[in-house]
Amino acid sequence: MEAYINLFIKSVFIENMALSFFLGMCTFIAVSKKIETAIGLGIAVVIVQTLTVPANNLIYSYLLKENALAWAGIEGVDLSFIALMASIGVIAAIVQILEMVLDRFFPALYNALGIFLPLITVNCAILAGSLFMIERDYNFKESVVYGIGSGFGWALAITAMAGVREKLKYSDVPAGLRGLGITFITAGLMALGFMAFSGIQL
Amino acid sequence: MNLTAEHKKVLVEPLVDNNPITLQVLGICSALAVTSQLSTALIMSLALTSVTACSSAGIAFIRNHIPSSIRIIAQMVIIASLVIVVDQILKAFAYEISKQLSVFVGLIITNCIVMGRAEAYAMKNPPWESFLDGIGNGLGYSLILVSVAIVRELFGSGKLLGIDVLPLLKDGGWYVPNGLLLLPPSAFFLIGLLIWAVRTLKPQQVEKADYAIMPAHGLAHGEAH
Repeated sequence: MEAYINLFIKSVFIENMALSFFLGMCTFIAVSKKIETAIGLGIAVVIVQTLTVPANNLIYSYLLKENALAWAGIEGVDLSFIALMASIGVIAAIVQILEMVLDRFFPALYNALGIFLPLITVNCAILAGSLFMIERDYNFKESVVYGIGSGFGWALAITAMAGVREKLKYSDVPAGLRGLGITFITAGLMALGFMAFSGIQL
Repeated sequence: MNLTAEHKKVLVEPLVDNNPITLQVLGICSALAVTSQLSTALIMSLALTSVTACSSAGIAFIRNHIPSSIRIIAQMVIIASLVIVVDQILKAFAYEISKQLSVFVGLIITNCIVMGRAEAYAMKNPPWESFLDGIGNGLGYSLILVSVAIVRELFGSGKLLGIDVLPLLKDGGWYVPNGLLLLPPSAFFLIGLLIWAVRTLKPQQVEKADYAIMPAHGLAHGEAH
């Protein structure tokens, strides 16, 4: 149990997707102008990440990994080179299914998330979650924890960023730095702050 | 190969005037993560430029046959196949660097530059122009990546491409390396400053302020917009 809590803390704070691996930066910068939209996108990322990382874990360990097809009687097959294509396919499919399910059963949530759901397919944080899971050889339980943790960490970062930017728009920023420039510098300062978490272990 | 004025414009414009990173805000993730060394930045630039150019050309070839409802998936398949090819080539010929780049080569699939150019340009233009557009945007990305990487590696560890340029104090030289430049946050600062520099040179890229700041003492010495 302790190992899982540790992994969760690590994926939320120490290896924060947005602020220490710079993943999902395009949406992180583009959609962090308002707190409400940032929270909406954050929730969507947590949901999708929690579903896709374990799903990709199952597919990778039972279909693609070296000798993974042994259960079907096929020995010595290594399909791991196709993992990239499989992961992005799974992500696109899950996002599509999630969209339909939400539309049918939870229309309120569906309307709240709106445009953000389809956008998530091309959010690198999602694909990176699956790729890191493959690279670090997580087992199924670890992949569930990692999925929730990394999604939550990203949501936390974008919400904090949106909070800063909502205040920032009233301030007198030098002309050339306005908008994108100051956003980058703010993100840099936040990343410095998150570095303070490094080394924490339970 | 004859380049007309139109072709040149497509090729050169993304370098500064319409740079994918500093103006279009695309493809930032990898720009930040692989720039602590010049060698990884160069390889990443090369990989991204070739993928963008080839995928744009490929998508432009079949653009009239892709039904618009499944175009994202069709583009994704083309891009993902190209990225797998690049990934395998890197693993075969530059294994050390491919280990350092880890997941970031795979992440070219979701790099917004590739998708963005496919969607915005290649779906509407013939293959040759799309190919040039891909190269141009790839080079615009490379320009930022390489300049950030030069600063980070030179001042962070006193080396360029692994060769000592500034002799370090601990090896008997005079340069005290700035360790902050090797840490992730410095990439944010450098890109922010780079954007500031570009926009000071090209004032038409400056964004409008959300709120005008009231001039002090009621004097109208605010910026004229």
